[in-house]
Amino acid sequence: MQQITHRRVSSSPHIRSKRTVPGVMLDVLVALIPAGAFGIFFFGWRALLVIAVSMVSAFLWEALYCKIAKKPQTVGDLSALVTGLLLAYNLPVTVPIWMPVIGAGLAIVLVKMIFGGLGANFVNPALAARAILMTSWVGYMSGTAYSTAVRGLDAIASSTPLAMDGTYSLWQLFLGQCPGTIGEVSKLAILIGGIYLMLRKVISWRIPVTLLATVFLATWLNCGSAGEALYGLLSGGLFLGAFFMATDYATSPVTPVGRLIMGVGTGLLVFVIRTFSSMPEGVSYAILTMNLAVPLIDRFTQPRVYGRGKKHA
Amino acid sequence: MEKTYTFRRGIHPQEEGGGKRVTGAMPIEDAARPSMVAIALSQSVGAACKPLVKPGDHVFLGQKIGEPAGFVGAPVHASVSGIVKGIQARTSAGGPRLDCVVIESDGLDEWDPSLHGAENPEDPKSLLQSIREAGVVGLGGAAFPTHIKLSPPPEKKIDYVILNGAECEPYLTSDHRTMLEEPAAIVDGLLIAAKIVGATHKKIGIELNKPDAIAALRQACEGKDIEICPLQVKYPQGGEKQLIQAITGRQVPSGKLPMDAGCVVVNVSTAAAISRAVRKGLPIIDRVVTVTGAIRQPKNLRVRLGVDIESIIEQCGGALDGVNKIVLGGPMMGLSAYNPLTPVVKGTSGILLMIDPSRERPLGNCMRCATCVSVCPIGLVPLQMYALARKGFFERARDSQHLLDCVECGCCAYACPAKLPLVQTFRAAKRALPRK
Repeated sequence: MQQITHRRVSSSPHIRSKRTVPGVMLDVLVALIPAGAFGIFFFGWRALLVIAVSMVSAFLWEALYCKIAKKPQTVGDLSALVTGLLLAYNLPVTVPIWMPVIGAGLAIVLVKMIFGGLGANFVNPALAARAILMTSWVGYMSGTAYSTAVRGLDAIASSTPLAMDGTYSLWQLFLGQCPGTIGEVSKLAILIGGIYLMLRKVISWRIPVTLLATVFLATWLNCGSAGEALYGLLSGGLFLGAFFMATDYATSPVTPVGRLIMGVGTGLLVFVIRTFSSMPEGVSYAILTMNLAVPLIDRFTQPRVYGRGKKHA
Repeated sequence: MEKTYTFRRGIHPQEEGGGKRVTGAMPIEDAARPSMVAIALSQSVGAACKPLVKPGDHVFLGQKIGEPAGFVGAPVHASVSGIVKGIQARTSAGGPRLDCVVIESDGLDEWDPSLHGAENPEDPKSLLQSIREAGVVGLGGAAFPTHIKLSPPPEKKIDYVILNGAECEPYLTSDHRTMLEEPAAIVDGLLIAAKIVGATHKKIGIELNKPDAIAALRQACEGKDIEICPLQVKYPQGGEKQLIQAITGRQVPSGKLPMDAGCVVVNVSTAAAISRAVRKGLPIIDRVVTVTGAIRQPKNLRVRLGVDIESIIEQCGGALDGVNKIVLGGPMMGLSAYNPLTPVVKGTSGILLMIDPSRERPLGNCMRCATCVSVCPIGLVPLQMYALARKGFFERARDSQHLLDCVECGCCAYACPAKLPLVQTFRAAKRALPRK
């Protein structure tokens, strides 16, 4: 008989699911491909260059940080690549090529790693980096940065369609024939990726659906025109934010009810910023603001524990 | 569409290499009669037994050889006839060494002539006495003494008796086979239990992946006012609390027992044992064990209590190359044995051999994906409980995260993409809490 040697003893469970952290990150990268592919098609090869520089530098920043800080190497979890990709998607194609390098450094080192790495940061790294770049280099990040000729369109003189109501048809906005950052223009491509993530159970419907619905309803109630509300819904970075930024694990609630609150709260903030502030676009700031409320939301939305309901106590 | 029952959340564990399908269609075989057995004196929840025999004594098959030293506990019996060799310590599945009565078989299997069925099958007291004397305990794995479960205090009104035929642990098929081969005894056991506690509702919950068992019990229940409840295939469907929720819609109040929700849950194999105890006075001397996983000839074996697991593995053709883990019970909640001489006890529902890759180490941080939240059948937030417990804040984990409500089903640790030791940490944290 085959002797059983080197017996391993451990506490149950003795089987584990096949899902892993790198596997989840890979799913997110795959889900982001359509939006990026459209960005490259629409803005040209420079978009690919920005994406590549951003991803590679995010990866290297994390590797470098782990090395210098003498921490276990964590680049294998692929989360730095996701951050780098999302950062690139939030930049206009015209940015100088050193910007994604700086941005990735801010996102990875300042926002993520020094707070403890994956899962421990309290704001979305890509969005926080974008916000810092925005305030530091306004000229590169807004306004005329978008005024380049893009395929199928004439010269564009404004940052986003929000600032120039009615220039584009809803259909153009949905397909992505409008100005914007590299990854945000095609709502169709983002939707495809978002649905993929939901089918793979990587994200739940709760945040994106409530976020989009809140923005739509609030705008509709405010201006009284469903068409205009739809225009707002399909403009700017709302889709990218709803499916890929507001759903970031580390900076969104872990409870089902908390996620609904995250969606509605972010949606209301987007509406408020877009309608009442001097900025044309507010998705990044809305998400960053809600990020700060996440620990509080989690704390007050714990699911009902079995046998602890009023009925059962 | 037929009504099916289920609970909230939970998981669908993946089984490697066929899982339940391997042994589901294999009839129960009798294992070879052992020449030597070691009957553990503590095989159930509650007090350990005091031995009633001494070295050199002759014992009959089924003779009571240990009597519990406290109120909660169940007696143990000789699983062979022969001569007592002594009281020796053996390593138990859980780890500690336990005293065992070692008996050398005389090869005759002479039954104890004094065994008899219940004196008055209409009197609940007499029925309970028969169940106690036969040493019946929960055979699903928990090994709670059945006569205690069936004697709730008089102020607790029990209206449901639920038989648990879910068998939601991957790989195990011992309950499945018992349902197919002994449906009449199972139904009889249910009626006896219902008579004892005065329950009006009699239910049998069986997962839909055992349609043949559903059909067999449906046939055996004909004209008997028993409802067969097909359960969705999901783990931990056979957890007591989840089964009660699925079938009655009730929840066992936190920190209380099923009887506080008016329910008694009995495993199907236990029900068959109740019937044998009451009708014929037969004590528990053996049990059905699913021997499966990385083994040459997987089987459902009827094994005498006290047989060492190594000899059972040998009877099934031996382990495959590379086996490095022996799990007693199922892979989700079973214990990993480290001594092949560990004897089979009443709670040993399976012997699962595994080739376990050494990737048990966590893969990194919790990324807050909340997969654990979406699978916890109790509605806990495991990732936050884990964060507290890792820092040693056990009391905060209890007070703000309801640590003591955790049923240790292991869904969180199974599903975690970072492979964090979630339930393992909760187990340790519970034991580290100060005693009240």
